[in-house]
Amino acid sequence: MLRPDIESGRRRLSFVWLPTLPFFAYTILFLFLPAGAIIVGAFKSIDGGWTISNITTLSHEPYRRAYIESVEVSAITAGLGAVLGLGIAYAACRENTPRWIRSVLTTFSGVAANFGGIPLAFAFIATVGTLGVATTFLKNQLHWDISNSWPHFSLFTKNGVEFVYLYFQIPLMVLVIAPAIDGIKREWREASANLGASSFQFWRYVGVPVLMPSMLGAVILLFGNAFAAYATAYALTSGVVPLVPLLIGAYYQGNVLDNPHLAQAMAFGMFVVLAVMMLLYIPLQRRAQRWAK
Amino acid sequence: MPYLELQGLHRNFGPVKALNGIEVQLGQGEFLSLLGPSGCGKTTALRLVAGFDRPDAGRIVVDGKDVTSVAPSKRDMGMVFQAYSLFPNMTAAQNVEFGLKIRRRGREDRRKRVHDLLELVGLGHAVDRYPHQLSGGMQQRVALARALAIEPRVLLLDEPLSALDAKVRVQLREEIRRIQLELGITTLYVTHDQEEALAISDHVAVMYGGVIEQMGTPAEMYTAPSTPFVAEFIGTMNRLEATIRDGASGQVDFAGTTLQVDAARGRRAGERVLILVRPEALELEASTNGASSEQNMLSGEVIAQTFLGPVTRLKVSGGLIADMSTGRAAALPVGARVNARVPAEGAKLLSLPDDGPASPALDPDNP
Amino acid sequence: MRLRRPKIAPSAVVWLVLAALYFLVPLVATFLFSIRSIQTNKCCSFAAYTAVIHNGDFWHTLRVSFVLALEVIVISLILFVPTVYWVHLKVPRLRPVIGFLALIPFVVPPIVMVVGLLKVYKGAPEWFYNKPSGILAAAYVILAFPYMFFSLDAGFRSIDVHTLTEASQSLGASWPRTLVRVILPNIRAAALAGSFLALAIVMGEFTIANLAQFHTFPIFIQYIGETDPYQASAVTLVSFGITWLAMSSLLFIGRKRGGPTQVVGAH
Repeated sequence: MLRPDIESGRRRLSFVWLPTLPFFAYTILFLFLPAGAIIVGAFKSIDGGWTISNITTLSHEPYRRAYIESVEVSAITAGLGAVLGLGIAYAACRENTPRWIRSVLTTFSGVAANFGGIPLAFAFIATVGTLGVATTFLKNQLHWDISNSWPHFSLFTKNGVEFVYLYFQIPLMVLVIAPAIDGIKREWREASANLGASSFQFWRYVGVPVLMPSMLGAVILLFGNAFAAYATAYALTSGVVPLVPLLIGAYYQGNVLDNPHLAQAMAFGMFVVLAVMMLLYIPLQRRAQRWAK
Repeated sequence: MPYLELQGLHRNFGPVKALNGIEVQLGQGEFLSLLGPSGCGKTTALRLVAGFDRPDAGRIVVDGKDVTSVAPSKRDMGMVFQAYSLFPNMTAAQNVEFGLKIRRRGREDRRKRVHDLLELVGLGHAVDRYPHQLSGGMQQRVALARALAIEPRVLLLDEPLSALDAKVRVQLREEIRRIQLELGITTLYVTHDQEEALAISDHVAVMYGGVIEQMGTPAEMYTAPSTPFVAEFIGTMNRLEATIRDGASGQVDFAGTTLQVDAARGRRAGERVLILVRPEALELEASTNGASSEQNMLSGEVIAQTFLGPVTRLKVSGGLIADMSTGRAAALPVGARVNARVPAEGAKLLSLPDDGPASPALDPDNP
Repeated sequence: MRLRRPKIAPSAVVWLVLAALYFLVPLVATFLFSIRSIQTNKCCSFAAYTAVIHNGDFWHTLRVSFVLALEVIVISLILFVPTVYWVHLKVPRLRPVIGFLALIPFVVPPIVMVVGLLKVYKGAPEWFYNKPSGILAAAYVILAFPYMFFSLDAGFRSIDVHTLTEASQSLGASWPRTLVRVILPNIRAAALAGSFLALAIVMGEFTIANLAQFHTFPIFIQYIGETDPYQASAVTLVSFGITWLAMSSLLFIGRKRGGPTQVVGAH
């Protein structure tokens, strides 16, 4: 890093950033090196040469299917999670709602956003699994068999996975959008009413446009969150629903593939998808902050 | 017939009586300021008029019609908030246009009106700027234009200048008054700044503890305050706690001396009263030797001088404050012994309660 | 003082009730399941919980994960506190750089990271590659990094770093002393907040532990889930309770000190 020397006007090397070296060294060792290894490994073959065959294999089954399913699950849970999360967050954060509701919701969301894997899968199996508490209740008390008749619900399908994913997607949305909702100033609502607008008109002309950058950013966050999720899918489906993280995991678990570079190529593919998401996210965040004044 | 009427308004928040029977009658085109410290209920009253809150008792009447249960969006009033009320995702022009859009006015119609209003508030050049690109003062001008765009029957302003710099405040308040007079719009203005209220209003209502202590023209409020609170709140006032000695001749006892106060005539002896003298009415002169033998003279020593420009304020022992021209004040430096003349005719008199402080807000033990 | 608090909007009630249903019913169902008696398959027995408490593996893995969490917290604090301090004090231009780096773990999530880690450190010495306190802790520090950074960053932004440092040094304190005695106590809330988040992450991280074949608490839960459903439901609630405790402490600290609160996790 060069700084102009005040006395002589020449540029001299400044070492003021040196104490941050341990930190950067650490991130290089444990973040960039592994990431780099994946990017490089994706383009190598077993015999050591360069190849793009790993990448092209990804466009075949079952990999292609896995990416499509992963994107689909992520998109649906991101969209649903965003809309539902917004509704819940707004209900809890708005003016007339008692403060304790918001407090409880925030704590709970913090826990639920971290809840995953077997505990979450198990909780849902115990609820809407074939012998789950809710399933038996509906069948015996309301004569509504949700697995054999509409909606033919089963936890171990894509829909089931999505249903479970919402358990951590919605809280994540609540946590992310709550500050943005706080930013919807009461004065705007009152000014809008004073000028003759209905509640709907307020949301249409002011509320939603102001929230939009935060909303889009949140959707992207939720998408990435679902796309990268492994534990919950693993606990629920054990391979029945093809998702990219599961395929990667399968390589390490049972040597299903014998080409490590294929696993690296899949990881690389995930990395690309997520990087694209991040590139969309950053400018949205900036825009959202500009209006948060 | 009054254009805007507040009849017996009451509003309680739990045990707190925010408004305890407010009565106001305002003629069309008149400008009334609700003036008072924080918590006095002025903003509560304004919000009731705007419709953001419902009174527990009483009515609000506009142009003969009862609007107490009408929704705020249907009351046809324009409101300017203290801060942050501009929609951040819209330019100044779009903000001003908003009410017109809701009312489905034609595009050309809207464009012209927006242009005229922004010119009126002096922002013709900032039409396409976003709120975050405007200064505080400019934002409030846009807010004013936006409120006026819909040609409201009543204009409501909730401390619109509190968040602005001092110089901008003075400038903007005069513009608000100018525009108000030009458009002839009935206006209700809330503020805690008494100088502001006195400068631009037709009428001022001083509020405290949910009631209107006194309402009148600015001059009336200044020269003839009718309660101790109003006397202290408006301008600076010398307050002398005294006792009536002789009601027939108008003599009062104060701090060991006897003063002649015309306003004390007719009071019964022994009554506790408050004598009010404005600082500019208290005449000071250097004392040559000890206390003066003249009538209505209080003696003391100059404790401090505060330079206020053309006028200097002198603080005299015994709790007295006197204003005099800076030139003359130079002859009475700190430490000088002075005599202060209490004007017999100019002093006002107010009753004091038999016990307790002169005014709850001014109790030194309970700030 | 505004005391206005009219009634809650009906639409809000609908949203919140439905939300409560979706989020609480599974927990209640898990609880009901966990107190089912194995013999009668109905109410009520706490046999599942006693079985868990007597399960050696439960305590073993809990301890492993907890100790791992402490190690991760210590490493994180040693690594990040001085760095963020120095950046705030001397090199503010690096702040956006580090802020950008804090977003990278989002692009390289655990499932991707573990692939790279296992490849790069295959030949590493045994004490690093085969022990959780080695490669796993190293990875977890990276996972915790974004949350630690945002917490610490907010904490440092809320104090006047320059004035404190200059005051301390003008009174004769050295750098390390300044850091430990002056700076650290002032960002305690932020450091604690980050630490609780790191704790929650480590106690719940499954992906890397699984694929790198370590035996941590989440792995134990997974195993139990496959073998004993009653114990599994009990352990589910225990794990939920641990995270709840961590989050409550987090928000409690945040409220007391007016510090930053960020509660987003990862899996």
